[in-house]
Amino acid sequence: MFDGYVGQILRGLLTTLELGLVSLVVATTIGFYAALMALSENAVLKWLTGVYSSMIRGIPDMLLMLMLFYGGQIFLNHVIEWSGVKARIELDQFTAGIVTLGIIYGAYFMETFRGALMAIAPGQKEAAQAFGMSRRQINLRILFPQMIRFALPGFTNNWLVVSKATALVSVIGLQDMVYRAKQVGAASHEPFTWLLFTGALYLAITSVSLFLLRLVERKYSVGVRYGSHV
Amino acid sequence: MNFGIFLEPETQQLYLKGLGMTVQLLLGSMLMSFLLAIPMAIARNSHYQWLKKTVWLYTYVIRGTPLLLQLYLLYFGLSQFAVVRESAAWAVLSSPLYCAFIVFTLNELAYTTEIFAGAIRGLPYGEIEAAKAYGMSHLTILRRIVLPSALRQSLPAYSNEFIILLHSTSLAFTVTLLDLTGAANEIYSQYYLPFEAFMVAAAIYMVLTYSIVRVFRFAEIRLLAYQRPRTA
Repeated sequence: MFDGYVGQILRGLLTTLELGLVSLVVATTIGFYAALMALSENAVLKWLTGVYSSMIRGIPDMLLMLMLFYGGQIFLNHVIEWSGVKARIELDQFTAGIVTLGIIYGAYFMETFRGALMAIAPGQKEAAQAFGMSRRQINLRILFPQMIRFALPGFTNNWLVVSKATALVSVIGLQDMVYRAKQVGAASHEPFTWLLFTGALYLAITSVSLFLLRLVERKYSVGVRYGSHV
Repeated sequence: MNFGIFLEPETQQLYLKGLGMTVQLLLGSMLMSFLLAIPMAIARNSHYQWLKKTVWLYTYVIRGTPLLLQLYLLYFGLSQFAVVRESAAWAVLSSPLYCAFIVFTLNELAYTTEIFAGAIRGLPYGEIEAAKAYGMSHLTILRRIVLPSALRQSLPAYSNEFIILLHSTSLAFTVTLLDLTGAANEIYSQYYLPFEAFMVAAAIYMVLTYSIVRVFRFAEIRLLAYQRPRTA
């Protein structure tokens, strides 16, 4: 199945999906904790999340990726050299992609989650505290499950953006769909055909994601009544 | 950290050239997509199902595929067809600048169309009824009632779009254009100073982004003044 031009691109599809999903997990985690920080009473933490969000919104993701991939490696090695350990770090494209996409979309998820957390009735948290739950338990058992419903529309949008942003990693040499489509296109002298084929695969990812997320949305809205149920 | 290279005139010129290219791409494709998005947004809300569906299909396909792929498709892809290579349009289509400009415009058009179309859908129907009661023609209603209101309502979303487009122009360097990111990449490979080279470009992008945010916020205060809560 994985030989020939189609196979090449399908292998790229796997890389794209893998990168997208891992980055999604990283970005969601960063976003959730950053949102908790943004809503905490600690002024320093609040300020830090503000700086984080405005930095990410101010700098193009392509540039951040180049900076992290080419600069991050040198920076890490400087730190290691300075600390006296004899080792060198090689940052591969996949890791660089995850780190960059995770950090960038962490900021977008932070905004989504912040709004969603604010939409939960404060009584929920108070009741959990009254039950003697620890902060970790409150976050994971009370806030997170309820937040999902409010965060889903924003989450869907963010995921669609992340899945397309994985294409940028082809510029630093990760063999994802776009990278392979370009290579196959050059080898076969039919670049248009193969790039178009890849475009169709991206469109399929988008359509399937929209469908699945609609199912999830229905699940998390069970028991919620909207105006139309009057 | 070694920022000494940024005192050299050649380095500064390279950044300035890159900045010029970025601004040129940004303003060019913004203006074009804005002008095209207005009729597209009206068509998106048309009574004619085929027209509505066609525009929907366009925005769905463009918004569902990565911009980088669209750029490659036009710049690398079109050379596959002898018809295109031999046509008069090849002078335009073989130039990276025009390709980037066309792709950014078409991509931006899809997002802007959806923003404007959403704003048009959100208009209170009473306003249009009132205009009809005054005997305005269909075109007059569009020109005097629908568009001024819808465009104002889209300002906040549109300002986000403007910033996303600014960030998207950084893809131009993948088709050999020397924009701000391209300039930083060039300086990085000349001096092997990645952090410094990209950081200076990042700072310029930040300044650009927040200037745009400022301008739009000012416009929102002026143009959406009637919606602000009244202060005693």
